[in-house]
Amino acid sequence: MEYFLQQLINGLTLGSIYGLIAIGYTMVYGIIGMINFAHGDIFMVGSFIALATFLALVALGLSALPLILFITLVVSMLFTSAWGWTVERLAYRPLRGSFRLAPLITAIGMSIVLQNFVQITQGARVKPLPPQIQGGVTLIEGVTENGTIAVQLSYMQMIIIFTTLALMIGFSLLISKTSLGRSQRACEQDQKMAALLGVNVDRTISLTFVMGAALAAVAGFMFLLLYGVIDFYIGFLAGVKAFTAAVLGGIGSLPGAMLGGLLIGLIEVFWSGYFSVEYKDVAAFSILVIVLIFMPSGLLGKPEVEKV
Amino acid sequence: MTTAPKTGLMAESVKDAAIAATLVAVLGFFFFALRTDIGTGGLDLTYRWGLWFIAIAIVFAGRLLLNLFVFKTSRPVTSHLNISVPAGLMGPIGKVLGPLLLVIALTLPFIVMVVYPDRDRQFIDLAILIMTYVMLGWGLNIVVGLAGLLDLGYVAFYAVGAYSFALLAQYFSIGFWTALPLAGLLAATWGIILGYPVLRLRGDYLAIVTLAFGEIIRVVLLNWYEFTGGPDGISGIPKPSFFGLDFSRTGGFAEFFNLDYDSIHRFIYLYYIILILALITNFVTLRLRKLPVGRAWEALREDEIACRSLGINTTNTKLTAFSIGAMFAGFAGSFFATRQGFISPESFTFLESAIILSIVVLGGLGSQVGVVIASVVMIGGIELLRNLGFLKDIFGPDFEPTQYRMLIFGLAMVLIMVWKPRGIISSRNPSAVYKERKKIGSDMVAQGEGH
Amino acid sequence: MEPAMKTTSTYNWDSNVVLSVEHLTMRFGGLVAIDDLSFNVGRGDITALIGPNGAGKTTVFNCVTGFYKPTEGRIVMRHGEGFQSEKIEALTRTGRQYNDDGDDRVFLLERMPDFEIAKRAKVARTFQNIRLFGGMTALENLLVAQHNPLMLASLMTVGGIFNLPGYRKARAEAIDFAAYWLEKTGLVERADDPAADLPYGDQRRLEIARAMCTRPHLLCLDEPAAGLNPRESTELNNLLQYIRREHDTSILLIEHDMGVVMEISDHVVVLDYGQKISDGSAENVRNDPRVISAYLGVDEDEVAAVEEEIDMPVRHASDKSEDDKGGQS
Repeated sequence: MEYFLQQLINGLTLGSIYGLIAIGYTMVYGIIGMINFAHGDIFMVGSFIALATFLALVALGLSALPLILFITLVVSMLFTSAWGWTVERLAYRPLRGSFRLAPLITAIGMSIVLQNFVQITQGARVKPLPPQIQGGVTLIEGVTENGTIAVQLSYMQMIIIFTTLALMIGFSLLISKTSLGRSQRACEQDQKMAALLGVNVDRTISLTFVMGAALAAVAGFMFLLLYGVIDFYIGFLAGVKAFTAAVLGGIGSLPGAMLGGLLIGLIEVFWSGYFSVEYKDVAAFSILVIVLIFMPSGLLGKPEVEKV
Repeated sequence: MTTAPKTGLMAESVKDAAIAATLVAVLGFFFFALRTDIGTGGLDLTYRWGLWFIAIAIVFAGRLLLNLFVFKTSRPVTSHLNISVPAGLMGPIGKVLGPLLLVIALTLPFIVMVVYPDRDRQFIDLAILIMTYVMLGWGLNIVVGLAGLLDLGYVAFYAVGAYSFALLAQYFSIGFWTALPLAGLLAATWGIILGYPVLRLRGDYLAIVTLAFGEIIRVVLLNWYEFTGGPDGISGIPKPSFFGLDFSRTGGFAEFFNLDYDSIHRFIYLYYIILILALITNFVTLRLRKLPVGRAWEALREDEIACRSLGINTTNTKLTAFSIGAMFAGFAGSFFATRQGFISPESFTFLESAIILSIVVLGGLGSQVGVVIASVVMIGGIELLRNLGFLKDIFGPDFEPTQYRMLIFGLAMVLIMVWKPRGIISSRNPSAVYKERKKIGSDMVAQGEGH
Repeated sequence: MEPAMKTTSTYNWDSNVVLSVEHLTMRFGGLVAIDDLSFNVGRGDITALIGPNGAGKTTVFNCVTGFYKPTEGRIVMRHGEGFQSEKIEALTRTGRQYNDDGDDRVFLLERMPDFEIAKRAKVARTFQNIRLFGGMTALENLLVAQHNPLMLASLMTVGGIFNLPGYRKARAEAIDFAAYWLEKTGLVERADDPAADLPYGDQRRLEIARAMCTRPHLLCLDEPAAGLNPRESTELNNLLQYIRREHDTSILLIEHDMGVVMEISDHVVVLDYGQKISDGSAENVRNDPRVISAYLGVDEDEVAAVEEEIDMPVRHASDKSEDDKGGQS
């Protein structure tokens, strides 16, 4: 039971990170209907920016950890957003309205570019960062024949889960209440019509990429703090998992992306905990395949009625 | 040249270049100016302000020059770039191009041996590699180009083919020629097994599921240590024999034909094997396109609902495309295994699928010649970038040009796609003609599964 | 131009029925699109399904052609003459989709997948928003429609790869058949042009030709005259008359153009809000106050009152031929 609870907490933490990345996929898919393959690499870029910022702040002599963390978060969100904006501007906007596979190929190309750019400028070796936030609360302590077992909720996990929750609520409000959200939803429905009604479609799409990149930066920073090790290749697997999460939750739906992210995180952690670590990705992907076969529009997606 | 007022142009160009430079300053700050490295007692941060400024300066200057002479001049940039072929020539070129490529392909090893006698092995090996991608591209073209099914896990079938042969050779000592059809058959079977449940999915869902399958197969190969050797892979895969003759120093091919032993024989032999396999793929594809099944694939790409209203079993039609595509990947896979003599899951990553897909899309969906051109440009291009050692003389011995390979590859993918979103060759040849054969422009042709 | 030869046909919807829709209900979530609808399509008749926008006409088509699975009800397709009630009841009890009794086959369409309905039950259709294979030539479109017989002739592709004589012959015949329909629809000159390149009216006719290339027993046309000019509309009428006359094909059509409907239909079924409000010959339906009120959006009583007031002459079947001529201006 204790073991189960501990895995549950771990799964939710990992799932939060996936969910944050998945929101970027789902927003972009919702608005321009493309798989932004480079999004996972934006997440990776975000984690590198966070790492450099963190080290720079320490080098500058700042010592208050909460302040460092906060500045790092803000800086990595801002700078990663610039990356998100640039990718859209260079690789996707020239192909707007072109045929469907073209932006997919440029997205894959962009993903290769980002990975190799980071590899060249920052080196191929992994970057370890020692744990910065230690300690936690012991929720339950149990006794088994092997000794005591405790369910730990570390401060790190708390930060991740709460930040995710806060961002989720913030973004839901942003999408539902502001004019930006309205333009976004208008562009999802019909870009031409939205443009005729005075919505600046290019700007709205750019902002969507910026928001997605900002959230990916948060995820990248969390990932860095949680695992303490990053390299130029983390974007691929995290990206694929997060996209899986977006599809699982029903692509185009924000709560769906979050739910899908949590589910993928949980599946992965529980599979590793109870069966085998090696096959955790297989488990996650298999669940995706099974869900899609039986619920082709995902868990929270709108069922697609075939237009005849 | 420019009719626009000079000052206005200048001011505008400078402003634009400044914006670009600012962007690079922002984007590059954490990558050029700062660098993290593992040092003693944790990560060290090094500052490279020089590099950062150089990057900004290069972008500013480059953008300014481009603005002044290309982008913002009164003559549009396209008039410089468009290599316009007179309409009258286009037909004959199209007719000649295919046979010409075929003749080159058939005589290539000998051309190479005459022209580059000291580097013939290397070039024939490169030709073998390119030809493998041509074959894979043709195989995937059936799935993506003709049937319009977006498959991001094509490499899975390549892996199935390679491992089929490697394992058959390891456990049953089966030779290449016996294993080849078995490998194709196994890959096709896997195509049906994987395809059946998922082919009803649309567009991007299909894409992500095929990607997932590709990863699942790779992870299984990686972790099933007892059977597949896990990350260590399988080595000692036998080389193909020539009607029972090995390419060994004694008692083999050379001795039988009274030739002096030369390892180049095996390279040439491998080249012709993959050439024939690729040509079979091409022939079968071209033939199938004119048969009801191929026409149904293309109709499926155009409009699935209309297909069903005409009594076409779309699931079966998709499955045939999927499994025939998989079969060719299986053939190519077992060739890959025999050529390398060693395989491991590392050769079958998503990047591989992405490269094959980009060859198909860059070449122009459904175009056979396009695949050849794209393979030569992309694969040949990557490999040529390996030979940039001379740059060391310019940038110093620390400069490692090969690491820029994939960066340039990725940029090329983006640039070609932005330049020609429909691929290099984008018109479609009708599969049946009543009176007069007319090419169909790419703007008419659908890309499938994109509802 | 010859006047429509309606007098030659007999009305069969009450005696010799090719398709019967029985108690069809279709719900989408809480929305009832079709509510307990029953009607018959007579063999050799031209039957029109009309009704205001959103009445559920296309939904009926989608149920008949298998694109939607009806919530309730039975849809029977008969290849043989007569009602064949016993056979159908027996088939319904077995749970099978169709029987295999030579020429007298009956099909329960609600049980069959869409492509089987086109392939076995021989129901072909066109679409309201034309669905041609735009990147393929007109000829190719018609060859795709002959997929199933050609597939057999190519021995499921194996014979085709080796170009066996059996396949070559079948292929030549298929092209001839396609050419026949291209000629009937006036598209021979455009045979090698991509379908997306054709003008709208040609696309409509090509879609009909393509449906006919499946050799259907029942042809379902979803607003075939939509967007056509008067000349094209007249040509369409002639084409449909020709199909019915020469090809043992019954026609079920959805149409908004009342000129077309009244001119060529033997039998009209009127839907409103998913329910049948009238069913009968064109003349009967035209004078049915329920139909008029549905179209005008007013109560029946009001219509009756207005009619009395202006003393509208009651039309009889004998007036029909004159009306037809009047409609063909």
